[in-house]
Amino acid sequence: MEQLIAQLKHEIIEVLNLTELTPDSIDENAPLFVEGLGLDSIDALELIVLLEKKYGLKLGTADEGKKILYSVRTMAEFIRNNNKG
Amino acid sequence: MLTETYIRSTAAISPQKTFGNDGIPEFEEYTEVNYLKCIEPVYRDFLDPMASRRMSRLVKMGVCSALHCLKKAGIDIPDAIITGTGLGCIEDTEKFLGSVFTQEEKLLNPTPFIQSTHNTVAAAIALALKCYGYNATYTHRGFSFETAMADAMLQLAENPASNVLAGGFDELTSNSYAITRRLGLWRTHPVNTLRLLYDAGKGALPGEGVAFFLLTGKPGNENMARLDAMHTFYNPAGGAACGKQLEGFIRKAGLEPGDINLVMLGLNGDVSGDALYSEALRHAGLRTNLAAFKHLCGEYDTATSFALWLSAEILRTGAVPSQVSMGPAPGSVKNILIYNHLRGHNHALYLLSA
Amino acid sequence: MPQRVFITGIGIISSIGLGPDAVYDALVNKHAGIGKLTLFDTEYCDVPVGQVRLTNEELMTLAVPGKKGLYSRTSLLAIIAAKQAVAMAGNEGIADSSTGLISATTTGGMDRSEVFYKDFLADNQKGRLRNVAGHDCGDGTEKIADVLGIGGPITTINTACSSSANAIMLGSRMIRQGKLKKAVAGGSDALTLFTLNGFNSLMILDRELCRPFDETRNGLNLGEGSGFVVLESEDQLMKTGKKCLAEVTGYGNACDAFHQTASSPEGYGAWLSMKTALASAGLAPADIGYINAHGTGTRNNDLSEGIAVQKIFQDGVPDISSTKTYTGHTLGASGAIEAVISIISMNRQYVFPNLRFTQQMNELAFAPVTELKAGVKMNHIMSNSFGFGGNNTTLIFSRC
Repeated sequence: MEQLIAQLKHEIIEVLNLTELTPDSIDENAPLFVEGLGLDSIDALELIVLLEKKYGLKLGTADEGKKILYSVRTMAEFIRNNNKG
Repeated sequence: MLTETYIRSTAAISPQKTFGNDGIPEFEEYTEVNYLKCIEPVYRDFLDPMASRRMSRLVKMGVCSALHCLKKAGIDIPDAIITGTGLGCIEDTEKFLGSVFTQEEKLLNPTPFIQSTHNTVAAAIALALKCYGYNATYTHRGFSFETAMADAMLQLAENPASNVLAGGFDELTSNSYAITRRLGLWRTHPVNTLRLLYDAGKGALPGEGVAFFLLTGKPGNENMARLDAMHTFYNPAGGAACGKQLEGFIRKAGLEPGDINLVMLGLNGDVSGDALYSEALRHAGLRTNLAAFKHLCGEYDTATSFALWLSAEILRTGAVPSQVSMGPAPGSVKNILIYNHLRGHNHALYLLSA
Repeated sequence: MPQRVFITGIGIISSIGLGPDAVYDALVNKHAGIGKLTLFDTEYCDVPVGQVRLTNEELMTLAVPGKKGLYSRTSLLAIIAAKQAVAMAGNEGIADSSTGLISATTTGGMDRSEVFYKDFLADNQKGRLRNVAGHDCGDGTEKIADVLGIGGPITTINTACSSSANAIMLGSRMIRQGKLKKAVAGGSDALTLFTLNGFNSLMILDRELCRPFDETRNGLNLGEGSGFVVLESEDQLMKTGKKCLAEVTGYGNACDAFHQTASSPEGYGAWLSMKTALASAGLAPADIGYINAHGTGTRNNDLSEGIAVQKIFQDGVPDISSTKTYTGHTLGASGAIEAVISIISMNRQYVFPNLRFTQQMNELAFAPVTELKAGVKMNHIMSNSFGFGGNNTTLIFSRC
C-alpha cells in the first residue's frame, strides 16, 4: 500500500505539473481539493484521466468521484480495492 | 476634447535581453540562426509555481511581462486588459490536437485544450490580479496588436481617467516553424541577424516575443511617450498606394513629412517585401533617418509590439542605438513613425512623440 | 456628441436554417436543429450536435459561387451570413474607409488544419499545405473583406464563447465614438474534431439533447453556424432614410476572474456585465422585456448565470430562455447568432421557448419560458454570452 501511495504521489506531481513539490511534501491523508493542495476542477479531470489511463479504473457518479479523489490515500484504497495496484 | 494616449510603462520578453532591465540592452548578435527564440526569465522569481502550473511558455511570458509592466507604472489593477496575438497559444493547440490523433480521441488530458484558447493570456492576467474589468483579445494576423491598441485608445476616449494594459505576443514552436517553413515564409539557410537586412534574400527570419504597455490619458513626466495616432490598411495596390496612406497619416496628425525625425520600418530581410517600404517612403516624400527592428526580434504577427517597445524606450532616452539605426544615428529624436507590413497584406502605422 | 447605433441588416446560418426567415420558421414551430453528427468521423458520433445541414461544397456555392480554392467551413459560414446582412442593409459606402469589418471565431480554419495535422504528425513533410494556410482566425475575416469589398479597418476577435458578442460591442463603440460610420460585425464557428474532443475531455457534453436551466441538465450540445449584423450611425440612417431593425443601446464586458473555465458560483462576472450593460443603456432592470440567456446547459453556467440574473432582477426576472436549446452552443458565433435571434424575437413579437424544460433548478426562484409566447411587445432585450477565461459580455437591443 505504501508503495502504491508513493507511486501515486509521483504520478500526481507529474500529471498536474506540480514542479515545486516533492512526494515527501504531500501528506497522503490531507485533502487534495479546496484545502490541502488546493486543487481545482481541471485537476480533478486530470486525475480521472490518470486513474483510467494508468489503472484502467472508471469513476462512477460525481459524488463517488468526490469521495475517491478526496486524498492520495483514498485514491490508493480505490485502486487497491479494485485489484489494480 | 480629444483624449490623448500616453505610454506610461512597458515590459518586453524577446530574443534580446529586454526583460528585467530598464531600458535598451546591449543587443545580441546571432551569427547563424534559422529562427529567434525569446530569452526567458526565471519564472519562479515572478510567478507562483502552483498558480502557474498549467501555463504554457507563452502564457508565462505574457503574465510576467504584464505584471512587470504594471509594477513599473505603479498600477496594481488596470481598468482594462486588451491583448493581440496572431496565432495564440499554438503550443497547447498542437499538444491537444496531437493527442486527439495519437490517443485516437480517448482519455485526453483537458489542460492543453483549455489553455489553447487565444484569450488565455488575457484571462490569466485578470485571474492573477483579480481584475474584473474589460477584457478582450484580438487575433488577426498583422492587425492583432494594432486592434488591441486601437481598442485601448477607444477605452481612454470613453474613460479618460482609466489605465489600460495592452499587449501583443506570439510564440514559435518547432512544429509551427516546420509548417511555415514549408509555406515558404522563411530564409532557407541560417543567417547572421546583424547582416539580415543587408544580405538580400528570399524569406524572412522568424521570431517571437511579448510586449505589454500601460496606457493612460494623463500627461506627465513619468510617461515614456505619447501615442499620437495609429492607422491600419489592408491589401494596398502597391508602393504608391502605401505612400499615399503614409502621407495622409502624417498630415492627419497635423504634420508634414519633413517633421518626422525617425521612421522605424518592419524590414524583415525578404527582398520583395522590403522593397515596398522604400517605394512607400519615396511616394510619401519621407527623406529622414531610418531604423529597423526585425533583425532583433524576428518576424511574427505581433512584431510591431516589439517596435513600439523599442520606440518608447528610444523616446524616453532620446538616443537611437547604432544597431537599430540604418545609417548614421540621428542626434536627437522627438518623434518616431513606425511603419510595418505583414507580407504585403496588413499594414500598420504608429506615430509617437516624446 | 456620441452617435446612436442602429442595426440595419441581419444574416444567419445555423442548424435551424439559412437566413432570418427560415430561422424564424424553425423558432416559431419549435424545430430544434440538434441531431446526429455526420460532418466527420469520430469516436463520438453519438453526441448530438447542431450541425448546419449543408456540405462544404454546398456552402461554397452559396458563399463564393464560381470560385475555386480552399475555404475553411468557418469562413464559408461567415461569408454567407455577412453577405445576407449586407444585402439586407444595402452596401452603399462599403468600400469607404469609414466602413469596418469585425468578425469573430474560436475555431478559425481548424476544420481544415486538423486534416493537415493528422498527416503532418505521421511525417512532417506530409499534409496538404492548402489545408493549413488558413488556420489562423484572421483568414476567414479577410475572405469576408475580399468578398464584400470592405474599405475600412478589419479585425477578428477570439474571446471564446463571447467572441461575436464582443464584435458587435466593438463595432457599436467605434460608431458611437465616430471612428466608423458603418460596421459589419458578427462571428462564425464550424464543428471540428478539436472542439468536440476538447469539450468531451472537460466532461461537459450532454449525450442527450441539452436542457438549459433544468435541474436535471447534464451539459451542452455543440453547434455551428454564423451570425452577422450591419451597424450604422444615426447620421447614416438620417442620410439614407433607411429603416432600422433594432438599436444597440447598451453593452457590458466584464471578467469573472475566478477560474480558467468555471464561472464563479455567485456569478460575479455575469452580474457585472449585465449591470454595466444596463448602466450604459441608461435602463433599469424593469425595462428589460426578455433575456436571451447564455444558457448552455452545463451545471456550472446555468447556476452561475441564474444566480446573477436573480441578483440583478430580484423579484422581477423577465421572460428568459436559452435558444441554444434550438441551435446548440455555437461557441464563437453564439453572441451574434443569438443577437440575430433576439432581433427576430423583438420584431416578430415572439418569445421563443427554452425547449425540453421539465424541472426548475433548486437554487433558482425563476423558471425559463417554456411555451411560445406571441404578441409580446418588447422594448428592450438583453443577450448574454459568457466565455472561457471569464469573458462575460452582455448586449442590449432596443426597439427602433
